[in-house]
Amino acid sequence: MKVIVNDERCKQCGICAVNCPKKAISFSDVINMKGYQPAVVDDALCIGCGICYTMCPDWVFEITGE
Amino acid sequence: MAVAKKIPSILSKQISFCPGCGHGVVVRLIAECIEEMKQEKNSIINVGVGCYSLMTPSVEIDRFDSLHGRGAAISTGFKRANPDTLVISYQGDGDAYSIGIGESVSAAYRNENITVITVNNTNYGMTGGQMSATTMPGQKTTTSPLGRNCQTTGMPMKFPEMIASSFPEVAYVARGSVTKPAYVNKLKGYIKNAFEAQMNGEGYSLIEVLSPCPTNWGMSPVESHERVNGEIEAYYPLGEFKLREEK
Ligand SMILES: Cc1ncc(C[n+]2csc(CCOP(=O)(O)OP(=O)(O)O)c2C)c(N)n1
Ligand code: SF4
Ligand code: SF4
Ligand code: SF4
Repeated sequence: MKVIVNDERCKQCGICAVNCPKKAISFSDVINMKGYQPAVVDDALCIGCGICYTMCPDWVFEITGE
Repeated sequence: MAVAKKIPSILSKQISFCPGCGHGVVVRLIAECIEEMKQEKNSIINVGVGCYSLMTPSVEIDRFDSLHGRGAAISTGFKRANPDTLVISYQGDGDAYSIGIGESVSAAYRNENITVITVNNTNYGMTGGQMSATTMPGQKTTTSPLGRNCQTTGMPMKFPEMIASSFPEVAYVARGSVTKPAYVNKLKGYIKNAFEAQMNGEGYSLIEVLSPCPTNWGMSPVESHERVNGEIEAYYPLGEFKLREEK
């Protein structure tokens, strides 16, 4: 797994998804405790570039380095 | 090989800004720089009055909720009493440029050895989006419902340019943005430079950050990024206005 998603922090702003160069981010059908549909990363598409970490204002992502 | 990236340990709690608010990125970059410089136990963040006041429970270093607009003056006191501590004044355009412009200018004029970070989202976010000194020409706010009229209110203030040209002896002045991956990386470099200048005793440093306020702009977070990258960046150029000098 290249990215860990701390999905309880996500506010579904969409900024990660528009900036992901591989279009690897979509939004879950399961609503989190804040009432948002959090970001989900498709590990098969993801290249671990870290742009989602860089852009997310809510500190949702960690890049594992794998 | 992907490079590992971990949220700084001093940010273990979540933050309660609106979805897409730029403040969250600025706070994280400050924390990353503090952690990389190993200053977690030797920093104080002096937080002005604005939405960013909400950061104080989430940033686990020494912190102080400042009087409105007086961040640079209060930071002066912290720094003079604790000259080896990294002192950061975190403010907004309303706080630093409208309410506290006297204190903001005076700290630069004295070349006080502190770092001022001002987050410019072109309005008073916390109180519902009133016009500030950096509201753009024609921008509608709750106190400029027909759009800002610059003939009666003046043109938006360019604080970094004013400081760099009026007080050329200050250590470092730059303007960054949080609205593109390359901009965020550059902004981190600016913040690092400012902190290093302060720890080296080089004098006053200032970073302005162009930042979206989707809630009060009535835009989606993605649209608010486009506004920063278009209209706002065209008026507020990014870059360094005063470079550090060898000491
Ligand atoms: C002495 C005083 N006057 C006015 C206020 C009301 N007030 C709270 S926040 C704020 C403006 C904040 O604007 P800014 O610094 O741009 O921060 P933002 O919320 O946009 O990030 C004002 C006028 C106050 N709290 N104290
Ligand atoms: S940028 Fe962060 S908060 Fe926004 S949708 Fe993506 S993960 Fe969620
Ligand atoms: S690490 Fe890069 S490729 Fe993977 S989800 Fe994040 S932005 Fe997309
Ligand atoms: S009102 Fe604007 S500045 Fe305040 S938290 Fe919301 S988006 Fe951020």
